[in-house]
Amino acid sequence: MIIGSQSVVKVGIAQMDIVKAPSTIRTSGLGSCVGVVVYDQSKGIAGLIHIMLPDSKVAKSGTMNIAKFADTGIPALIEALKKAGASSYKLKAKIAGGAQMFQFTSSNDTMRIGPRNVEAVIEQLRKYMIPVLAQDTGGNSGRTIEFNPETGLLNIRTVNQGVKDL
Amino acid sequence: MTNITSFHLDVLKEIGNIGAAHAATALSGLLNTKIDMRVPAVEMVSFEEMVERGGGVEQVVAGTYLQIDGDAEGGMFFILPIEQANRFIRRLIQDERFDLQKQNNLELGVSAMQELGNILSGSYLSALSDFTGLKIYPTPPALSVDMFGAIISFGLIELSQVSDHVIVIDTSIFEETMTEAEQVNGHFFLLPNPESFKAIFKALGVS
Repeated sequence: MIIGSQSVVKVGIAQMDIVKAPSTIRTSGLGSCVGVVVYDQSKGIAGLIHIMLPDSKVAKSGTMNIAKFADTGIPALIEALKKAGASSYKLKAKIAGGAQMFQFTSSNDTMRIGPRNVEAVIEQLRKYMIPVLAQDTGGNSGRTIEFNPETGLLNIRTVNQGVKDL
Repeated sequence: MTNITSFHLDVLKEIGNIGAAHAATALSGLLNTKIDMRVPAVEMVSFEEMVERGGGVEQVVAGTYLQIDGDAEGGMFFILPIEQANRFIRRLIQDERFDLQKQNNLELGVSAMQELGNILSGSYLSALSDFTGLKIYPTPPALSVDMFGAIISFGLIELSQVSDHVIVIDTSIFEETMTEAEQVNGHFFLLPNPESFKAIFKALGVS
């Protein structure tokens, strides 16, 4: 049972979670959504959030899921990491996603949602002075990502371009 | 969306029925084979449940997507598992070696797939329009070959601004000649915007 405590924590769309080494954390099928990993490697703690939209101001309903938006989700993720014992000055980030899955001739705001999500994520991370050490964003491929808080490596899998570690 | 009852969901089933029946007839004519359809599923699901439909988040599919404008708005997907998409395209372009994930004859095959999505979504939506009397204008469809979750989540973006749930009208079609085990389903997913339900129900005489 040496590897008994080792597991993969799965994060769904518009959700977030925290993991401690040796476990890893994963989210699948990122299209225009952005997967943001914020971690403190010295403590072996990482958080992952699967963001759908840049800005919570568009939310029209009363109760909202804060993990859906970059501007509310990233502060919440950082708060959760600190509660779990991460040092805020040691936090680093790696991000992936924000693709354009369909090529349309018209280009309204929804079509450009991938790049807008990436911009909003980077702006939030900058606000908290968290350096982005690696980034695999844009393009037109879906991505599945898995982060290992022990090694600090982000594994990225696509259908058409194989697998890589960042 | 809170006051939608099971009766309303049944009415929406009729939309899936009529739309998919027309699309199945069109596909049957195109491929000269018998196409059958299942009873539509109409459900209110979370985004997480939506991306897990039809084989799971990471299943590789060919998906055509179009947006609907007019009296009712929303998004519409026609999703085929990659093997089934290849099978259909091979028959359409009469090239047995065709594979969407390889480079041979890609341009012709992709355009055949796009046209297939265009014809099927078009017959679905024109049946819907005739049935409800609503004027709906689809955008030209776009094609993507990728993970199901990455494709379908794009159709949730617009909805996600107002809700954490989606009402999906899910109808699957399959080739009648295949055995139960071989049957690979094609799915039509109609995802109306929340504001459009009022117009749809009104058009069908349901309050």
